[in-house]
Amino acid sequence: MGIRERLSGNEAVAYAMKQINPDVMGAYPITPSTEIPQYFSTYVDNGEVDTEFIAVESEHSAMSTCIGAQAAGCRAISATSSCGLCYMTEMLYVAASDRLPITLAVSCRALSGPININNDHSDAMGVRDAGWLMLFAETNQEAYDNYLQAMRIAEAVSLPIMICQDGFITSHAIENIELVEDDKVKAFVGEYHPQHFLLNKDEPMAVGAYATPVYYMESKRLQAQAMMDAKDVIRKVGAEFGEMTGRTYGLIEQYQMDDAEEAIVIIGSSAGTAKEAINELRAQGKKVGLIKVRSFRPFPAEDIVEALRHIKSFAVMDKDDSFNAHCGPMFAEVAASLYAAGVSGPKGINYIYGLGGRDVRVESIQHVFAELEKISATGETGETYRYLDVRE
Amino acid sequence: MSHLAKDMTPNVTWKEITPGCNIFEGGTSAMVETGDWRTLKPVLDWDKCRQCLLCVPVCPDMSIPVNQEGKREDFNYFFCKGCGICANACPFGAITMVKDEK
Amino acid sequence: MSYNLKENVMKEDRLSGGHRMCAGCGSPIAVRTVLRALEPEDHAVVCSATSCLEVSTFMYPYTAWKDSFIHNAFENAAATISGVETAYRAMKKRGKLDETWKFIAFGGDGGTYDIGFQSLSGAMERGHDMVYVCYDNEAYMNTGIQRSSSTPHFADTTTSPVGKVVPGKLQQKKNLTKIMVAHGIPYVAQTTFIGNFKDITEKAHKAIYTPGAAFLNVMAPCPRGWRYPSEKLMEVTKMAVETCVWPLYEVVEGKYILSYQPKNKLPVEEYLKMQGRFAHMFKPGNEWMIEEVQKEVDRNWEELLKLCAL
Repeated sequence: MGIRERLSGNEAVAYAMKQINPDVMGAYPITPSTEIPQYFSTYVDNGEVDTEFIAVESEHSAMSTCIGAQAAGCRAISATSSCGLCYMTEMLYVAASDRLPITLAVSCRALSGPININNDHSDAMGVRDAGWLMLFAETNQEAYDNYLQAMRIAEAVSLPIMICQDGFITSHAIENIELVEDDKVKAFVGEYHPQHFLLNKDEPMAVGAYATPVYYMESKRLQAQAMMDAKDVIRKVGAEFGEMTGRTYGLIEQYQMDDAEEAIVIIGSSAGTAKEAINELRAQGKKVGLIKVRSFRPFPAEDIVEALRHIKSFAVMDKDDSFNAHCGPMFAEVAASLYAAGVSGPKGINYIYGLGGRDVRVESIQHVFAELEKISATGETGETYRYLDVRE
Repeated sequence: MSHLAKDMTPNVTWKEITPGCNIFEGGTSAMVETGDWRTLKPVLDWDKCRQCLLCVPVCPDMSIPVNQEGKREDFNYFFCKGCGICANACPFGAITMVKDEK
Repeated sequence: MSYNLKENVMKEDRLSGGHRMCAGCGSPIAVRTVLRALEPEDHAVVCSATSCLEVSTFMYPYTAWKDSFIHNAFENAAATISGVETAYRAMKKRGKLDETWKFIAFGGDGGTYDIGFQSLSGAMERGHDMVYVCYDNEAYMNTGIQRSSSTPHFADTTTSPVGKVVPGKLQQKKNLTKIMVAHGIPYVAQTTFIGNFKDITEKAHKAIYTPGAAFLNVMAPCPRGWRYPSEKLMEVTKMAVETCVWPLYEVVEGKYILSYQPKNKLPVEEYLKMQGRFAHMFKPGNEWMIEEVQKEVDRNWEELLKLCAL
């Protein structure tokens, strides 16, 4: 039986960090993730963890210290948001390329400008091609659970991992949560024993080569394979976590999809709002459902195709915009998944929603389903690139 | 599967290349000949050399080996790029730069 | 430790030949000398900022580093090695290792004075037990001789070219060594290649074995960027010191100590005239440039003498 608590998403993640007791944390304050290093440095200063905390002078250095520490042979962690994640971007690519399973907690927030401290996904989506595994949480519980699974997944494929939750919406909201006992966490996460590491007196290691065109592409192909292999690892670790806690995780979650005719594809906390909207619509007899993407990297193309294959119409909800005059990033990936699988039946549209903390209400989602119902009836999608809840 | 630098040839496949292009040995550049860059070649006049060793630390290419007795040996022409710093640093004119005939 | 050249050069080099630095480059001389200051039984992790040094010493699959080595990016060698050093403390605390490791980062002046400055300042302020060595060749040599904040006044570079109206770099060289002193770290030194390498070797040893953060600024000439014949390296560094363009000193726990005082301080022309990057300063009508540089050197030198209580 787990331990019942009431924690904010940030505190839940910090608590998971404490239970794991990693070797090194390098972090820098930024709203709304600041609380994570705050809570954690309190654990450090009270001797509740053995971790060495490096209060660096920037997010760039936070990720740089993590790269140094993880390459040295340690578990290294950090936490950030928004512009902080942007500022780390260069180092994110290096961490992935160096094949270092660093764990980064992200409390997602809009990007400047205009400056805005509230939630959307433009920070995380901006680094979606950096080569990191990326798991998104709907609730505080999921943020905590994902964090406990993070190192198992990352270390199995030697790729870094981002554990994303929605800034303020889950990071600062206090919810009931079920914590896993310390000894169970320790046994589940295990010890870190890298095969190669800098501080190995018996084998020097060189990290960060200059690779000429002769080698660069082979190196990237191997890195791509690790991302492909991660799909099974995420499922396996999610299942094992389920055996321990009763909460099983895969790459996506399907809600009311069995007989659904209209569906939305969504990430993060708004899935909760959408589920409520679906409950109300189902009560009215509407066949509506939801696909929640938990793993954005690797992208669960096959799972999404199977889930959407037989529906009439769907909307992909992007909490950020690619500003390509066309669509948001998840729509592009969902559409590409269907096309690659030869599935052309379902009509798809894209909504850009919730930018910079714009409230996502049950009615907002119901509006989307109303539009989908029209598309299902007429077969006409109309404009596929749409903004939700924006004043006209 | 080998993770040795010597096996990471230009024909190595993506399945065989070391992850992240990391290398798990030290000093593998010792396999690389840089002596073929040379246009001028240092030649030591053993009679003039007083074994003061001032030529040793100035070498950018570790091309002046020193033995267990603390005496310098002949140039390592596998690495020496022929920069000539040693010849200028020698207080006794014992090192001459000559055209390198290959 | 009394310095003995023979004993020093009998130590095995920790940098291997086969690296691809240009013939006559000062940087590998700085690196191999600093690494020879390590006690042979001590392990080390070396970090290099992206630079000529990095791309030439670790072109896959060939590493010139016999010790463990990490390159991360251009601007973060200090932060990266501080992460490695922190990992060492974490692993030591957990009993995962018991041997002694030392941590040394190398960066060029671009990666140190400019883009890596924040990362360096942060690591020094946090006081990691590490040494940061700047091999200062006074421009962005890896990308083709662009001016940095370390480039000297009036130097001709590819982004401060001597033109019809602008006579080379308009600004003086930034005094990074003094900025590092201002961090209050236990050891800071400025050095270059002189004579039997006593000065640089002793400073490197102190930097490595002083607990806490240390900074070493090594003038490491670039024959291509400075435009002098590669064999003249030791003459160029000697003249930099004899003209007081590059004074040798160290600052131990905040106390300035002059390492060498020339008997006859030579005029700056003696140094400038050796290098093509200053050739335009010797054209008729440009005497004012040399006078200006002389004034700057004199002012800095007098200031240093005062700091050294001389």
